[in-house]
Amino acid sequence: MTPRTYRTLKIAAEIVVPIAILLAWQLWTVHADNPNFPRLSTILVEFRDMWLFSDFGTDVVPSLKRIALGFGIATVLGVGLGIPLGMSRWTRSLAMPHVEYWRAMPPPALLPISIVLLHSIGDVQKVSFIAFFCLFPILLNTMDGVRAIDPTLIDTARSFNVSRWERIRRLVFPAALPQISAGMRTSLSLAVIIMVVSEYFSSTSGVGFVLLNSKNTFQFTPMWAAILLIGLLGYLLNVLFMLAERRILAWHRGWRAATPQ
Amino acid sequence: MSTEALGASESPASAAPSPAASRRLRTDRVLGIALPVVSVLLALVAWELISRSGLISQRDLPAMSTAFRELWSMMTTQGFWGAYWETVRGWLIGIVLATLLAVPIGIILGSSDFLGSAFRVPIEFLRPIPSAALIPVLFLTIGSTLRSEIFLATFGAFWPLLVQTIYGVRDVDPLTTDTGRSFGLGRNERLLRITLPSAVPYIWTGLRIASSIALILAFTAELFMGTGGLGQRMNVADSFGLTSQVYALALAVGFLGIGIHLVLSALEKRILHWHPSQRSVAS
Repeated sequence: MTPRTYRTLKIAAEIVVPIAILLAWQLWTVHADNPNFPRLSTILVEFRDMWLFSDFGTDVVPSLKRIALGFGIATVLGVGLGIPLGMSRWTRSLAMPHVEYWRAMPPPALLPISIVLLHSIGDVQKVSFIAFFCLFPILLNTMDGVRAIDPTLIDTARSFNVSRWERIRRLVFPAALPQISAGMRTSLSLAVIIMVVSEYFSSTSGVGFVLLNSKNTFQFTPMWAAILLIGLLGYLLNVLFMLAERRILAWHRGWRAATPQ
Repeated sequence: MSTEALGASESPASAAPSPAASRRLRTDRVLGIALPVVSVLLALVAWELISRSGLISQRDLPAMSTAFRELWSMMTTQGFWGAYWETVRGWLIGIVLATLLAVPIGIILGSSDFLGSAFRVPIEFLRPIPSAALIPVLFLTIGSTLRSEIFLATFGAFWPLLVQTIYGVRDVDPLTTDTGRSFGLGRNERLLRITLPSAVPYIWTGLRIASSIALILAFTAELFMGTGGLGQRMNVADSFGLTSQVYALALAVGFLGIGIHLVLSALEKRILHWHPSQRSVAS
């Protein structure tokens, strides 16, 4: 087989396999004829009717807003706290026990407490809940990124009388950025999971609410349409983030490619 | 531990450090242990004061002493330990099944360029799907049983393990594989002696991520589906408004999470002791 045919075959497989999986799903649901598993085609029609775009504003937008706010707050706090913690060993040893405890805590275990403490089942509780648990991957990665900076660089900047703030802005932050963005990517997929779970529990709106509500009212086609939507949401957010990351870290990739490791 | 390594490398490497330097080293070590302890104690005292002073009412935030007393009295009951074990069981079976499935599949997909690209799109699509979204489907099919909990934990833990295994197998230094081949190692032997060992650090990272996801999902299944365990107990305590019990259970789950993390770190040191990431820098 020539390399060329091989490459063509590979691309063909990349296209054919997903289509085959979807076909198998459709054929199986037609064959099973089970109300729990509506046909894929029925789900897709329902998907179009629900989400494009009649219920989009009432159910998808609140969820997206919660993810965006929670993730945004977590990023600001994670980087804002992670840089000083990464730079100072003593503050770090004060903070680490708490960070280790909370990041090992499974998020759903705090759902009831978050409602009691915040007196809210609305956006306040959902956003703070997402922000709290998205904080840890970003915080830990920022700390690691800051700690991994070559001390010579910092000493050089210091001996050139670069002020502390300028050192952080021009040296520490950019140097830690690749690792910060790795933490952000972990947090973003966590945000989607936490959004769904927090909307399962005492909620009146959002994709997770629609999903559980359709199941409770035995509307299985909307239920599957909601699952499909959540899957797409997770996938698209991931793709969007990777595109943004590629732009923002273009300098880093160029540098990596140019330096022998 | 890396903090200590850093502290050690800062000290002069000469055979006899000056008294001042060794005194500083000792103060450093004492502070390294004392500060975390002090910090935890301060946080506990702050919790107690916030609640006792009424800054947050005791109905919403029971005092630290109340929560720990509740936890203590729970720990003397057999039901608590039964539930604890049920949660651990869900996590453990989930992570073992996920490893048994993900590592072989990952090795196959990682070592074959063709299969890797054939399944790239489905994997990229399925991986970010929040497994919690499958709970309603599990209600309909398997029902509120241990099998649902295990399915959920396995499904969630499978993806990070699979992706890490694929990366690990792809990242094997081709020079080592070629060397093995020219020494006449067969396909299986190369897999066992070269590919797998060099992929182990990647697989381990996947295992660590998978382990916390499996715990989250085991607990989620218990909380929402009512399969037995700490999550179900928390749901019951919450619906009866037993706030101090909810707090005590949250503390217990937190300790479980920390415990799992510590066990995995200890295992990592034993399993990966040969790997450069585990060796402390020799001065």
